[in-house]
Amino acid sequence: MISRQPALLVLEDGTTFRGFSCGASGETTGEAVFNTSLTGYQEVFTDPSYAGQIVTMTSPHIGNYGVNAADMESRGVFAAGFVMREMSKISSNWRAEETLGAFFERLGVVAIEGVDTRRLTRHIRERGAMRAVLSTTDLDPASLAAKAAAAPGLVGRDLVAEVATSERYTWGDEMPPGCDLPVDTGVLPVRPRFRVVAFDSGIKYNILRRLAEADCDVVVVPPTTSAADALALEPDGVFFANGPGDPAAVTYLYETLRELLGAKPIFGICLGHQMLSLALGCGTYKLKYGHRGGNQPVKNLLTGRVEITSQNHGFCVDFSSIGELDRERSGGLDLDPTDLGAWVRAGVAPVVRSERFGGVQLTHVNLNDMTVEGVRALDQRAFSVQYHPEAAPGPHDAKYLFGSFVRLMEGKDDVFALEDEV
Amino acid sequence: MPRRDDIKKILLIGSGPIVIGQACEFDYSGAQACKVLREDGYEVVLVNSNPATIMTDPEFAHRTYVEPVTPEFVEKVIAAERPDALLPTLGGQTGLNCAVALAESGVLERYGVELIGAKLEVIKKGEDRKLFAEAMGRIGLEVPRGAYIYKVADAEAFAAKVGYPVVIRPSFTMGGAGGGIVYNLDELREQVSHGLALSPISEVLAEESVIGWKEYEMEVMRDVNDNAVIVCSIENIDAMGVHTGDSITVAPAQTLTDREYQTMRDASLAILREIGVETGGSNVQFAVNPLDGRMVVIEMNPRVSRSSALASKATGFPIAKIAAKLAVGYTLDEVSNDITKVTPACFEPSIDYTVVKVPRWAFEKFKGTDTTLTTRMKSVGEAMAIGRTFSEALGKAFRSLENGRIGLGADGKDEFDEIKFDRGLTVPNENRMYYVADALWRGRSVEEVSALTRIDPWFIDRVKAQVDVEGLVRQVSLEGMSAELMRMAKQHGLSDPQLAYLTRTDEKAVRARRLELGVKATFKSVDTCAGEFLATTPYYYKTYEEESEVAEATRPRVMILGAGPNRIGQGIEFDYCCVHASYALHDAGFETVMVNCNPETVSTDYDTSDRLYFEPLTFEDVMDIVDAEQPVGVLVTFGGQTPLKLARALEEAGVPILGTKPEAIDLAEDRERFADVLDRLGIAYPAAGTARSAAEAVEVAGRIGYPLLVRPSYVLGGRGMVIAYNEEYLLKHVAEATVVSPDHPVLLDRFLEGAIEVDVDAICDGRDVYIGGVMEHIEEAGIHSGDSACCIPTFTLGDSIVEEIKGYTRRIALEIGTHGLINIQFAVKDSTVFVLEVNPRASRTVPFVSKATGVPLAKVAARVMAGEMLSDLALPAEDRELTRYCVKEAVMPFGRFPGADSVLGPEMKSTGEVMGSASDFPAAYAKSQLAIDYSLPASGTAFVSVCDRDKRAIVGVARHLNQLGFRLLSTGGTAKALRAAGIPVTQVLKVHEGRPNIVDAMTNDEVQLVINTPFGQETRSDGYQIRATAIRHGITNITTMEAAQAVVSAIEAMNDDRLGVSALQDFDQWVPPAPRDGASL
Repeated sequence: MISRQPALLVLEDGTTFRGFSCGASGETTGEAVFNTSLTGYQEVFTDPSYAGQIVTMTSPHIGNYGVNAADMESRGVFAAGFVMREMSKISSNWRAEETLGAFFERLGVVAIEGVDTRRLTRHIRERGAMRAVLSTTDLDPASLAAKAAAAPGLVGRDLVAEVATSERYTWGDEMPPGCDLPVDTGVLPVRPRFRVVAFDSGIKYNILRRLAEADCDVVVVPPTTSAADALALEPDGVFFANGPGDPAAVTYLYETLRELLGAKPIFGICLGHQMLSLALGCGTYKLKYGHRGGNQPVKNLLTGRVEITSQNHGFCVDFSSIGELDRERSGGLDLDPTDLGAWVRAGVAPVVRSERFGGVQLTHVNLNDMTVEGVRALDQRAFSVQYHPEAAPGPHDAKYLFGSFVRLMEGKDDVFALEDEV
Repeated sequence: MPRRDDIKKILLIGSGPIVIGQACEFDYSGAQACKVLREDGYEVVLVNSNPATIMTDPEFAHRTYVEPVTPEFVEKVIAAERPDALLPTLGGQTGLNCAVALAESGVLERYGVELIGAKLEVIKKGEDRKLFAEAMGRIGLEVPRGAYIYKVADAEAFAAKVGYPVVIRPSFTMGGAGGGIVYNLDELREQVSHGLALSPISEVLAEESVIGWKEYEMEVMRDVNDNAVIVCSIENIDAMGVHTGDSITVAPAQTLTDREYQTMRDASLAILREIGVETGGSNVQFAVNPLDGRMVVIEMNPRVSRSSALASKATGFPIAKIAAKLAVGYTLDEVSNDITKVTPACFEPSIDYTVVKVPRWAFEKFKGTDTTLTTRMKSVGEAMAIGRTFSEALGKAFRSLENGRIGLGADGKDEFDEIKFDRGLTVPNENRMYYVADALWRGRSVEEVSALTRIDPWFIDRVKAQVDVEGLVRQVSLEGMSAELMRMAKQHGLSDPQLAYLTRTDEKAVRARRLELGVKATFKSVDTCAGEFLATTPYYYKTYEEESEVAEATRPRVMILGAGPNRIGQGIEFDYCCVHASYALHDAGFETVMVNCNPETVSTDYDTSDRLYFEPLTFEDVMDIVDAEQPVGVLVTFGGQTPLKLARALEEAGVPILGTKPEAIDLAEDRERFADVLDRLGIAYPAAGTARSAAEAVEVAGRIGYPLLVRPSYVLGGRGMVIAYNEEYLLKHVAEATVVSPDHPVLLDRFLEGAIEVDVDAICDGRDVYIGGVMEHIEEAGIHSGDSACCIPTFTLGDSIVEEIKGYTRRIALEIGTHGLINIQFAVKDSTVFVLEVNPRASRTVPFVSKATGVPLAKVAARVMAGEMLSDLALPAEDRELTRYCVKEAVMPFGRFPGADSVLGPEMKSTGEVMGSASDFPAAYAKSQLAIDYSLPASGTAFVSVCDRDKRAIVGVARHLNQLGFRLLSTGGTAKALRAAGIPVTQVLKVHEGRPNIVDAMTNDEVQLVINTPFGQETRSDGYQIRATAIRHGITNITTMEAAQAVVSAIEAMNDDRLGVSALQDFDQWVPPAPRDGASL
């Protein structure tokens, strides 16, 4: 019975993790990151934002409930590799259609089990995310370390083009290009109230399901679509999606967004949030090891409520780099705009002034590390969040933001009103 | 929102005695609440009748009332203390019911006391199944179809409509008491009438069966700003139909997709909002149809619970502590995560390990009862284990059970019913998981076993993985085992002794080979966040991985071995002693390291000791921790029998044992060697002998004469102990006793009939002996000391006898080399003092003595064991006058075990204890009874029927009852004795004499008090039927003469309204002096 095929995961600093192959044979390179979600492995590895990353699940048992077509978050697996403590050989759930191992083999995903994933997680936490090679073919740690060190990192890399659609499609009417399985579209509106153009930079299907549920007819367009082409579709609102890689490298996308600012209501999630922030003129930076999981507390500074959120990002927005604090619109307080914790404690959403676009408000803050989770361009009908209100996987606490987008399209000002939440 | 300043004084209600369904988890939660509210500057008033709790230590609350948890007594406390608020959600169902009664009767309003944590409407909506079902309807959630039943005929109609099986749930009973699943009309009638009788509002719910569905629990918290989090999900391995307290459970849930999990999460939060739980923790239970995912809500508890304690231990998220903070106005984001210190408590723990809880049953104590697991909880305790994987945790949990096994099978101790093997799989029972493992070993498929057990195939597959590894190990010799296989075996939860069995070697050899192969244990942290943030709290579990996280220590470490899962004979009292030892040694400058596997306890709170290892108490697991921690000493005498069993092996392995040496413990346990000691000291003991065979037993019996106390050696709680009045009975029980403890002989003692039993707890430092307390038992010798009531100070013994007892205690303690606590049981017969038993370790009575006298004996003992002398500890004089009588009374679980006889004997059967105190003995005794039964009959009809030897003594009791206004009812012999004494009495037929008889009268509620003393080995007789009927109908039932006398004076004290309340802080409490400089070993 001990005829397990060995596999190795080696980080750029030479740290080696031994385990056993549990997917396709081969070798894969990427940035090693960890995700702390207890459920939703399938949603994780089919999230295109994980392109270029080898994902470790901290939860020790993965694959228990198998995989199924309805839980796909995109047309395939985008994580570069998958690392687990123990992968279930059987699937046990009434929704299961295939075991995880068979699925990985079929899709050619290189995966490893038997790894001390906690050691790996702690290593990444202490040293930061780093490049890694996962291999079932080369079992020489030194050789793999050299390959990892030679691999390109994520900083400065545009991975959007690799994952996004190259053709426009309408959600629910047409199969997303490249999709070979039936897609769970969620509940489609019978008589849509809004038309939304969604720029695909690696969009998760659950965002599309949520927009559809919010009575939107969604046209998904390639990321390189021009502002003029987008406007020609006569949308009521424009959506900017999640996606992989370094946001600062996706210049074309935030430049397009900048052109659309003020013209149409805009909502962005994750990379879309970074696109809005970059368009407004602020900087982004790479977090030491990112936020990936389903338990991140985010405070909505406008309502005072804490949302437990689903997150997956390695880069973050520097809110204060947009401009000077607008004291008057910041509750008259003169707190340091770089000290987000101070604003959380004061219970006030600060506003900074962008010369070109007016007031930009900090709306959401991560309570674990007091980083930016959401902004709103007060004078441009645009807002965005760094985390994933569409969940999948993760809690639904922030689902109300799709309602907020609707309110924005309806021309309402109090977009974060909570009365129709949950 | 900051804390509320408009309230200053908060009343907390504890859960009272340990009973099945309500154990020390409420001490854990209550102690946390006391601590956190006190730290926050509130004045805390506490009511709890259980003296063995940490929460009732006088330093936990400002005012501690060890008084009955009943509306009458709590009202007295409210009148005396005038608190601003009452926090009812931390004292289990007992505390909640009491708070509801006080709110409904207008007491709270009258005294201006606000309910915080849960409002009355919320409690009612959560607890009243009718209101609950309506509420679920409003938020679009399904509940099983059901109907409220007030008479048996309605239940019959309902069953005819939905079909069998039907689930019966009495309203407002604890731990599902009186509930069950019925499969036919007869069972339905019986269960419903029983349930109606038990329900305080005479109501039961009959429900459509969801038996076989998957069962889940969600632990939810919500604050006043409507922030809400799921702390933990728990999946029950046993499908619906087995009470969650009797289910093997796993955290987090393992077989739900994210969509299903989030649907359940949304439902849980919606339920909290709809029910209106504004602040605090709740538990919500769901059932999911494995075939189509249909989810129904089973119930919710708007309070902390056994599951919330489990969730707290499983995640490191202290639910009770945070619930208390939320109750006084804090919001989740204002409370910080204790473990990481830097992140807020407003998050959902992520865990990177697997937690398994396995219940511990005690059916061997209740012969004749139905051992099938149902919706009525029957387990008396539980063990929890943490492993990286489910297999590892499952194996650890099974070897934590203290049931003589060393894991899940593979130990040569399996005994299966071969003829009805599949019944072991299909009918839920305490051994079912062993059947599962063996069925897989026999080659049955995962699918088949899953279908038979209705356990999810994923869990069965994981057991299969363990069984497969066993197969690999069996094929090789120990020497032939590779490092890879060894590691694999350990990662699948196999213990060293299991590997020894599989490789036909011994545990030592396996350990040596394992270490030689480099397969060493590693320790990982429980950190709430799966490693995402740095954790500073040293809370560890063992696993076999690449990296270990044990922190460097700065101070010398002392390890305290805990007591393992609660079971009868070993309960909260030993945990209390371990916790005290930990506190005392921390204060004395040591770094304390706690090892235990019981999730209910205070000892396994990461806040209690400097370091916590959540691990089984086996030689292997303890040694691995010793290797990691290198303690300067290990304490084995505080956790009862569990750690004591390890003492020898640990000492042989070179581990420094603190305090009394294993040699001294053995000396006291070895009857023959100990008899020599007593002979040398000139102290009397009952004639005794040891028998290694049945023939020898008969020979010994002939020498020392009947009646005889028969027992196996090395047992706790009198397991397998009986009084034999003749040879036939002796032979029968010698056979049983040898099964209990195969390696040890049977002990035979002359039984001293009619003797007064006395218990002494003392501490010896090698030079001096301090007598902590001398307890006089109410029941005569022969009733297990754990089951009999006792009183401090003594109330009938003469001063000279007490002095003699103290003198004996000193001499014995010094002679055997005690260094720490010692407990001695004496019997006084005709002014002669006999020694019955000596245990040089912490005893069950230590917490009671500590509460009664104000001297925390375990703390004092721990300091003595760490090197201080009694003379340095400023202890109060032993002969000081105690200004009140404190009575400890045992709490019996017979109501849970219909069919088992409730007569008291030398085998312990109680689950817990209460304390009553007052300035005279009858009043103290009355309180101890009220604390258990919640009522003593003030008047009415008393049925009196006693055995011949009690016929003289009953006259006085009967006369007293008559004076108190009771009408007397008796059967032939006793009636004759009473009439002869001129006491009016009505004669009633015995059961076998015809009808209507006494059982009919009891069934018709015509009897309020039963005094019925049994004699000899009568079973299934009149007495048995009377006792069983009394239990079913909740009639106060007394089976000993001594208790009868005490109860009658207690009724008088109660009727005279002499039962006031007093706080522990009104009496002298020992103030520990600062430790001597450089206290070291």
